[in-house]
Amino acid sequence: MTTENKNTAVSGETVIKIENMNKWYGQFHVLRDINLNVKQGERIVICGPSGSGKSTLIRCINRLEEHQDGLIAVNGTELSGDLKNIEAIRRDVGMCFQHFNLFPHLTVMENCTLAPIWVRKTPRKEAEASAMEYLERVKIPDQAFKYPGQLSGGQQQRVAIARSLCMNPQIMLFDEPTSALDPEMIKEVLDVMVELASTGMTMICVTHEMGFARTVADRVIFMDEGQIIEENEPEEFFNNPKSERTQKFLSQILSH
Amino acid sequence: MADTSGTGRRSLSTLIYDEKFRGIVYQIVVAVALISIVWWIVGNTLDNLQEQDKKSGFGFLGQTAGFQILSSLGTSLVDYTAGVSTYWDVFIIGIINTLAVAISGIIMATIIGFMMGVMRLSKNAVFNSFATVYIEILRNVPLLLQIFFWYFFVLRALPNKRDKLELGTENFAINITGLYGPEPIPQEGFRWTMYALLAAFFLIWALAKFAKRLQENTGKRLPVFWLSAATLIGLPLIVHMYNGSPLLWEMPEFRDTGPKLRQGFQASGMVIKPEMIALWLALSLYTASFIAENVRSGILAVSHGQTEASSALGLKASSTLQLVVIPQAMRVIIPPLTSQYLNLTKNSSLAVAIAYPDIVSVFAGTALNQVGQEIEMIFMMMLVYLVLSVGTSAIMNWFNNRMRIVER
Repeated sequence: MTTENKNTAVSGETVIKIENMNKWYGQFHVLRDINLNVKQGERIVICGPSGSGKSTLIRCINRLEEHQDGLIAVNGTELSGDLKNIEAIRRDVGMCFQHFNLFPHLTVMENCTLAPIWVRKTPRKEAEASAMEYLERVKIPDQAFKYPGQLSGGQQQRVAIARSLCMNPQIMLFDEPTSALDPEMIKEVLDVMVELASTGMTMICVTHEMGFARTVADRVIFMDEGQIIEENEPEEFFNNPKSERTQKFLSQILSH
Repeated sequence: MADTSGTGRRSLSTLIYDEKFRGIVYQIVVAVALISIVWWIVGNTLDNLQEQDKKSGFGFLGQTAGFQILSSLGTSLVDYTAGVSTYWDVFIIGIINTLAVAISGIIMATIIGFMMGVMRLSKNAVFNSFATVYIEILRNVPLLLQIFFWYFFVLRALPNKRDKLELGTENFAINITGLYGPEPIPQEGFRWTMYALLAAFFLIWALAKFAKRLQENTGKRLPVFWLSAATLIGLPLIVHMYNGSPLLWEMPEFRDTGPKLRQGFQASGMVIKPEMIALWLALSLYTASFIAENVRSGILAVSHGQTEASSALGLKASSTLQLVVIPQAMRVIIPPLTSQYLNLTKNSSLAVAIAYPDIVSVFAGTALNQVGQEIEMIFMMMLVYLVLSVGTSAIMNWFNNRMRIVER
């Protein structure tokens, strides 16, 4: 994938708008004055040292975490205490977790069809057909009737991606999707994510996979101590990091 | 020659250190020991019985029992009359009464236990501390004391037998002799109501199938729970009304005029004796405190990630609970819940302390005193508890297998 065709999917429409957002855990100020706009089809990678607030930031976008100050709007709907709005936004925003969080008591197929059936009221047969399509896309249709406990980590994460896609989300959030995986499994999950990116899906990924960031991202964001320190196109970001903190982080993460 | 004796010694020593050979030897030794102990016990017992000139066998079950039994579910079902009914009837009454208090106790303990378990996890300080205090007090006080508490302390504070405390209407009242209420007496035609109830169960089953098919084809979801509830209550009720309500309610009769000694509740209507109430309350409230802890640990065992994944997919909080949390919590809750059910059933034998006519009290107590054949009678009772326990376990294991999570 080259740099030129990366941006073709990006349209002018802003789908996520975050303005002067602040979040505290008790006294602890986790997120400070976050400003971020994400356009339709844009692929964003967020990196930074652990504890810098990057996971918390994307968890605020579908309100798994509550922000105390500022504004977050997804598709023009502002996130507040309104449960109807929260549910509407969650229907359109898919999320993958570090530890997959598949439902262990349900088969792969049932994991994928649960939300379409109960939230979107899709007929079961239709839901199963579309789940099968997505399982083929993540290359594990043959595991459809197994339980998560019978799959490897990489397979589980691919099921988790398929499960999110079954809701036809407009935006996908990835919270360190490869951090809990063995090296060889990381590749199979990244391949699926690259393929997904090529379809024009709006994606925000918290990840330490710098190779992925280089090839896929339209923008890389570096966070530290709850603040966005630097944001730039991947080429500039990796070759000419502006802030000292970014340089130090990159030298540590790329040194081996 | 030296060679052969060498191999002989070697083969003997290899035999001694051979795992299989050792195993067989041990088994033979244990079997011989066991058989001789049983032989000795049986022989000794038979000798003693002969010496004391005692009868053996189960002939006593056909003899008439000449003692009164506190009126209870068992006595009304078996129609017990002292001096006419047999020891076999006494045995059956005991089983019915044990089952009555065990089953009603299990139902009550489950409801309260689940409520307390969920309340203990509540963020609401009032709910949370109420549940904590409940659990800590109830499970740390011996059950026997709790039975005494309800029987001697709470229920003895009720009005005496010439007086009553009405519960809402005059047809429900309580005093020291028991809880009185109307007794249903089925009339000709009532069986149609029962058939309707049966039909309602069938309809619910069909409805569930239909709802599933409807969802599969159109995605529409019927309010199955409410429709089922309406069918289950509505259909028998309509049939019942149509037949002119063929169920008579015999009201309890309370007399407060006339000779002093005849005042009080008369022998009509339904009565639940204070022994039953005290035992039922104590057993269910005590067991509920343990069940509450099982429920709490079951819910806590479901990781927060599961709830998050479910909400991230857009599922409502109630759907998340129903589809994701409860099915996973149940697999942790059911095995210890089974133990609690078994405990409750066996603890019901403490009935003897307040003379509720359960099987131990009535059969191992009164009947055994009169018959004196302790071997047969204790054996029969142990068999009853064994069957009850194995039955409960079987049902719960079946339930647990349905909830099991498949791992590799």
